Amino acid sequence: MSSSVETLVNREYRYGFVTDIESDVAPKGLNEDVIRLISAKKKEPAFMLEWRLKAYRGWLKMSEPHWPNVVYPPIDYQNISYYAAPKTTKPLGSLDEVDPKLLETYEKLGIPLSEQKILAGVAVDAIFDSISVGTTYKKKLAEVGIIFCSFGEAVQEHPELVEKYLGSVVPPSDNFFAALNSAVFSDGSFVYVPKGVKCPVELSTYFRINTADTGQFERTLIIADEGASVSYLEGCTAPKRDTNQLHAAVVELIALDSAAIKYSTVQNWYAGDAEGRGGIFNFVTKRGKAFRKAKISWTQVETGSAITWKYPSVILQGDDSVGEFYSVAVVNGRQQADTGTKMIHMGKNTRSTIVSKGISAGRGNNSYRGLVKVLPKAEGARNYTQCDSMLIGPGCGANTFPYIDVQNPSASVEHEASTSKIGEDQIFYCKQRGLNTENAISMIVNGFCKEVFQELPMEFAVEAQKLLGVSLEGSVG
Amino acid sequence: MLEIKDLHASAGDKEILTGISLTIGKGEVHAIMGPNGSGKSTLAQVLAGHPAYEVTAGQVRFEGEDLLDMQPEQRAQAGLFLAFQYPVEIPGVTNAYFLRAAYNELRKARGLEEVDPIDFLDVLEEKLKTVEWGPDIMSRAVNAGFSGGEKKRNEILQLAVLEPKLAILDETDSGLDIDALRIVAAGVNKLRSPDRSFLVVTHYQRLLNYIVPDVVHVLVNGRIAKSGGKELALELEARGYDWVDEAAGVA
Repeated sequence: MSSSVETLVNREYRYGFVTDIESDVAPKGLNEDVIRLISAKKKEPAFMLEWRLKAYRGWLKMSEPHWPNVVYPPIDYQNISYYAAPKTTKPLGSLDEVDPKLLETYEKLGIPLSEQKILAGVAVDAIFDSISVGTTYKKKLAEVGIIFCSFGEAVQEHPELVEKYLGSVVPPSDNFFAALNSAVFSDGSFVYVPKGVKCPVELSTYFRINTADTGQFERTLIIADEGASVSYLEGCTAPKRDTNQLHAAVVELIALDSAAIKYSTVQNWYAGDAEGRGGIFNFVTKRGKAFRKAKISWTQVETGSAITWKYPSVILQGDDSVGEFYSVAVVNGRQQADTGTKMIHMGKNTRSTIVSKGISAGRGNNSYRGLVKVLPKAEGARNYTQCDSMLIGPGCGANTFPYIDVQNPSASVEHEASTSKIGEDQIFYCKQRGLNTENAISMIVNGFCKEVFQELPMEFAVEAQKLLGVSLEGSVG
Repeated sequence: MLEIKDLHASAGDKEILTGISLTIGKGEVHAIMGPNGSGKSTLAQVLAGHPAYEVTAGQVRFEGEDLLDMQPEQRAQAGLFLAFQYPVEIPGVTNAYFLRAAYNELRKARGLEEVDPIDFLDVLEEKLKTVEWGPDIMSRAVNAGFSGGEKKRNEILQLAVLEPKLAILDETDSGLDIDALRIVAAGVNKLRSPDRSFLVVTHYQRLLNYIVPDVVHVLVNGRIAKSGGKELALELEARGYDWVDEAAGVA
């Protein structure tokens, strides 16, 4: 792939700045006292502390998973601080009381939080290190009974909903990172959409890691009651640092009968430099449970992080429920991604669709790992999986690990996979028509990802296309 | 329009063009014929700037400018168009999007304003007639799943839209049935004009029954062994290429 496919990746990471703000950081290390401290800081009810401690005790008996197709030095879990919050934080009456430095940070990131400047039709919750700095549009949403707030607030204001649903999709015992998150998570977003309500705006959370040597462990819980529907967007960035930072989040979605949840992610955590120094370890557990006739749809565009380990999944518990997973994962430089989904068909006539587009450039390594499981009672279950990989340049890798486990003879499972190389010929063809190399690659890659991008809400789709251009810049010379 | 002097080019260690000299005037149609492996397609690719070939000697002037000094996209912007022998597929990118992107790049290079998608439809409507196509083709991905004939027609459509000064047709007739050949050739003939030159690369004389050239060159072993009028093509058809080798003493 010679000269023309090797320079498109190395532009400066635009979100790599650090906000100079005094923070309240817990001492490094993890033990029951730290967990008690976090729970006390959050003024949590007793059931939450008990839940955390139980998760922690479970975590102590677990070991870090090493089956993913990624390589990284051992993580010292005692050398991480598990809680960081900007010091000025007190309960906020309105966004006007938010520290101007924080508002400025989000302005710089292109996420205006002041109500009058808000993006039309998008309500935003902003998470800075461990805490939520402000949620917009709250009152308007409350008028139709929608709760959209930080997780911490939900624990205070709606403990009954939290107690009922927390851990109901991803129990603390699920895996090593989920257990760790359950023990130490500090904040996140909470959404409840009542029966029959269609959420009138896009809900969005913007995650930002700022403080060094901290981990970010947020927890998102979204409940769509019977017949409700909601579309939720998530964006992530972090400063450039030459040490790795751990991000271990848990997202749980509950779509009750005939409800619909659409969850979109544009993940652009700092990826580390060209030699693989620094960057975020993104070890995330995301799962939804779909009840009768419900639909859960995951769309993700993963361009950042040194290591990505995530499998947004759907448990198709109710009859006629639908699960979807649309993914674009880009690795460049020394990035590694092991990502995919699990579709667990339990109910009758459940349907799932998986469309995964992996793009590898530089010396990146990209693996798709997916499980389609049809349980004995899932009469008439159907799955369609399409898994395409694109390689840019000679130094990268792509792998596909599909697992198919069908226990009902009436099920229909289809799997299609392809691997292609952006060819010198494709680029030359575009150049011969007058396009420069960068525009040619951007066009070819965007064409490759089209089926996923068209699942994103409009403004996110535009951002995703731009992001893709930036993260591949320099991969072709 | 185009002036090639003693052009040498290699792919890896192998020299393929061994000294080509050729001048094409404004509005002229030149045909390049020759046996397989004589370097016909290499000449087309080298003129367009394909990175697989290295020019080791010689000069090429296009409208007085040094063509070899330009990037492939600059050559396109200067008005050089290559209709590919094997047009590539670009999945997920519609023909309309691709053509408009190319059209606008050329306009930008000439200091003109870009055309929006709605106005571009008007541009297309006229051009589609050149190759006897309806608008449906524009919403299909570029060449993806196209038949061999459709791909070649698509090249001619691009030629019609991009309106180059010099069009190089690289074996545009290969793989075409007689109906497709007729449509493609008719399209090219509609695009002939006193301001536009053509370099038609072909293995068979058949295409030249439809696109009648002003000059025919025979390429053997990477250089022009013989040039003549359109009747030379007929002679080649009747006698094969061997006699040219012998006559030129390059066998």
